[in-house]
Amino acid sequence: MKNSQRPRGAQESSVETPRGLPGLAHRLLRMRLDKSAARIVLVGLAFGVTYLAIALRLVAIGVSGEEKSSAPHASEVAASNPRPDILDRNGEILATDLQAVSVFAEPNKLVDKDEAVELITSVLPDLDAKALREKFSKRKGFVWVKRDITQAQRDEIYHLGLPGVGFLDEKRRIYPNGVAAAHILGAVNTDNIGIAGIEKYIDAHGLDALREAGLPMTAESLKPVQLSLDLHAQHALRDELQKGMERYKAKAAGAAIMDVRTGEVIAMVSLPDFDPNKPADALDPNNINRMTVGVFEMGSTYKALTTAMALDAGKITLNSSFDTRSSLRYGKFTIHDYHATNRVLTVPEIFIHSSNIGTAKEALTVGVEGHRAFLRKAGQLDRMRTELESAEPLYPKHWGELNTVTIAFGQGIAVAPLQAAMAVCALVNGGHLETPTFLRRGEAEALAQSSPLVKAETSEAMRYILRLNAEKGSGRMADVPGYFVGAKTGTAQKVIHGRYSNTKNFTTFTAVIPSDKPKYLFLVVYDEPQGTSETHGFATAAWNAGAVTGRVIDRIAPILGIPPRFDQPQLPFPRLAQAGAGTKP
Amino acid sequence: MASRIEKGALTNWWWTIDLWLIAGFGILFVTGIVVDMAASPPVAARLGLPTFHFVNRQIGYLAATIAVAFLVSLASPRAVRRTALLLYIVAMALVCATLVYGAEVKGARRWISIAGIGIQPSEFAKPAFVILTAWLFSEAAQRKGVPAALLGLALLPMTLVPLILQPDIGQTMLISVVWATIFFIAGLHIFWVGGLGGLGAVGVTLAYLFVPHVTARIDRFLNKGAGDTFQVDTAMDSFLSGGWFGRGPGEGVVKRILPDAHADFPFAVAGEEFGIITCIALVVLFMLIVMRALYLAQRSEDPFCRLACAGLIALFGVQSVINMAVNVQLIPAKGMTLPFVSYGGSSLISLGVALGFLIAVTRRRPRAEMSDLWQPPMRLAASSA
Repeated sequence: MKNSQRPRGAQESSVETPRGLPGLAHRLLRMRLDKSAARIVLVGLAFGVTYLAIALRLVAIGVSGEEKSSAPHASEVAASNPRPDILDRNGEILATDLQAVSVFAEPNKLVDKDEAVELITSVLPDLDAKALREKFSKRKGFVWVKRDITQAQRDEIYHLGLPGVGFLDEKRRIYPNGVAAAHILGAVNTDNIGIAGIEKYIDAHGLDALREAGLPMTAESLKPVQLSLDLHAQHALRDELQKGMERYKAKAAGAAIMDVRTGEVIAMVSLPDFDPNKPADALDPNNINRMTVGVFEMGSTYKALTTAMALDAGKITLNSSFDTRSSLRYGKFTIHDYHATNRVLTVPEIFIHSSNIGTAKEALTVGVEGHRAFLRKAGQLDRMRTELESAEPLYPKHWGELNTVTIAFGQGIAVAPLQAAMAVCALVNGGHLETPTFLRRGEAEALAQSSPLVKAETSEAMRYILRLNAEKGSGRMADVPGYFVGAKTGTAQKVIHGRYSNTKNFTTFTAVIPSDKPKYLFLVVYDEPQGTSETHGFATAAWNAGAVTGRVIDRIAPILGIPPRFDQPQLPFPRLAQAGAGTKP
Repeated sequence: MASRIEKGALTNWWWTIDLWLIAGFGILFVTGIVVDMAASPPVAARLGLPTFHFVNRQIGYLAATIAVAFLVSLASPRAVRRTALLLYIVAMALVCATLVYGAEVKGARRWISIAGIGIQPSEFAKPAFVILTAWLFSEAAQRKGVPAALLGLALLPMTLVPLILQPDIGQTMLISVVWATIFFIAGLHIFWVGGLGGLGAVGVTLAYLFVPHVTARIDRFLNKGAGDTFQVDTAMDSFLSGGWFGRGPGEGVVKRILPDAHADFPFAVAGEEFGIITCIALVVLFMLIVMRALYLAQRSEDPFCRLACAGLIALFGVQSVINMAVNVQLIPAKGMTLPFVSYGGSSLISLGVALGFLIAVTRRRPRAEMSDLWQPPMRLAASSA
């Protein structure tokens, strides 16, 4: 042991070191090599721990990278938003996806940003170089440079050979018919997500869920959505409505054709409209869908509802008569007739002459509560639920006798025009209230979902009255020969600054063909139409909405497969004939 | 290679060096060249140089480095000490010269041009400093009356002051840490462990308060998103881009926008092209080299060789730790090269000198050749007998 050179474990004492302060200094400065072996182990441990920390950090980075890569990249999501085609009832394409190319950049991989901006703008001169440079200077992994470029532009940018610039195949929504069915189809945003109309409905009803489930979707795997629309009728309707709007210098216009037996909307137009290929226009407030989102006082069109209500309640018959010689007075309000006859009128006469006094008296036979209950049953007091957005109707919270009097002839309640059309459909189709739909629906299915509104006899009486009005009353403008048209006008004075205006009208015209066995309902509305020399200065419904409805029926009925009949139908209203009621007013 | 029967200087060298250590460094050299082939072409492209400009030069430097390491490793401990003293004097003179004649790069004067070749003299001062410190402390431990301990203490400020003036905070920290490691291993009193730790903390605080770019870097590290963290963030993107197995040689994309990829961030580039698993293997390689050298230090019976070996490997290890930790965002950005992997002539040659010293002090020697064999006190031997 004497010769042992192992320093390890050696213990040294400071026997020879002096005491006191010098001793302390001596001890402090003393190197003790006997400790060095153990201390080397400590240094080794320190290094080991440090290297281990670096290795663990690397593992953590690797794991975080794995998580990041398992989540789908934003660009991949954006690029895979195929949508189903939208077809009309005859299989015509209303909306489809086209393959498009978009160019993007990864700013943190761009080697020379200025060079990239310069070269890209040389290919895409309409891009703002300044905005692009700003986009590139952000520390982001992904920015769009431009969506939807041409193949030639793609090739040119590709051959620039810029690192950090890439392309994604995208879907672009195309509406080959442009404005034709704008409000029904709606629009999509740049990521091909529906923002309005049926497009929005498709996303909300299944497509969103599919997308979130991350299922691979291709345009082929998605079942096309078939609408109730007839593209030919739609096009013709828009054309006629547009011409009328120009002729009468109206502010806005709307029109719809409905299948009264299925509740399907065959065509619907709201003007002004927009091109769904330019989705930004869809958001212009002036371009709202006036048929479902706008609410209006429907005027005398509502008299059909009032008459049907009173008939159905058994309070009146077609042979009942009311005195319309004197005005009705309610406090400071006085109810006049526009076409005053100043005599006792039968129920069909009240309808034909559009007597406010007569209709109000009919409503009063049912009473306030009955009136409100009937309108609620007719779906006039609640928001109409179709595939499109629609507005809540406006009517007084506290509903007194005066309200019943005015609402009887269509003042004091504002509903969406399509909502009123829905009720009229029920009046003429045998009494089944069916919520309108823009998707294809069979008669049986519609009937199963319907709720009864009036009795079949009442419905037949209404058809008779409407036919009578088209033959002899205010509906003559639309009495296209061969279609046995039934019709009702409605002219509502618009409320301007809280008062009914004498010059600004909202005119409506409702027609059904053929009256004996109705198949289609036509509704045309004009907002603030002007009188012209052709209309002898009149701006009431018959002269504008009525005239246009006539043209529409003439043009569209053949498209919808209804041939004109030039001999009067035999026994058009069999029940009435049997009862011997109202055969001659 | 050589028969043990022959007694030439070369055969003697071959049979006395630690082949495990040499093998470790050999692998590191090859790795360095491969990583440099990935990291430097984008830098060369940015400077308008031929693609493999830096790779070719690196290979040239590496050849010179190996030659230097070989020559130095032939030296005896005594010759090592003399070489180190000479090298230290020359290098420190040049460091002082940089303060006056040095070219200013990014606000610091660290480079000096000799015969048209730019060198960074502080790189050469480092290995010489380690040898001198180890020498003085080993003397202090054995011979009383010689003011070797005081000289060893004074060596630190002598070396640091010119470096702080350059300023080169990275080298300052590195040298301080290595000096403290040697002092620690030499068996300093426990008082100093606390005292030096406190002194180090004070030093870092002073640097933070009075050296603007240190302030900025630490602020950036502590407060992400404030200021420009482009380099370190890009280095992180580099690892993420590579994933576990990398994108493949030459397939890296993040490296193209990583400034100084070949000097400060070769580790991140290796991450992108060869993957995180390769990076972990590289960490393990560094660790094995350090552990082997520390084992040799512990085994050495010559106090000077023991301290020198531990000091030299601490220099190498701390440098690699700082570089890799910056790359993986464990510590604030610091301009520190990754030994034998980063590009850089001065750094490589200086590493060659250090490697030469390391091989020289770890050579197995007959005990008789050891001039100052450490003897345990007799008392202990007696008591344990």
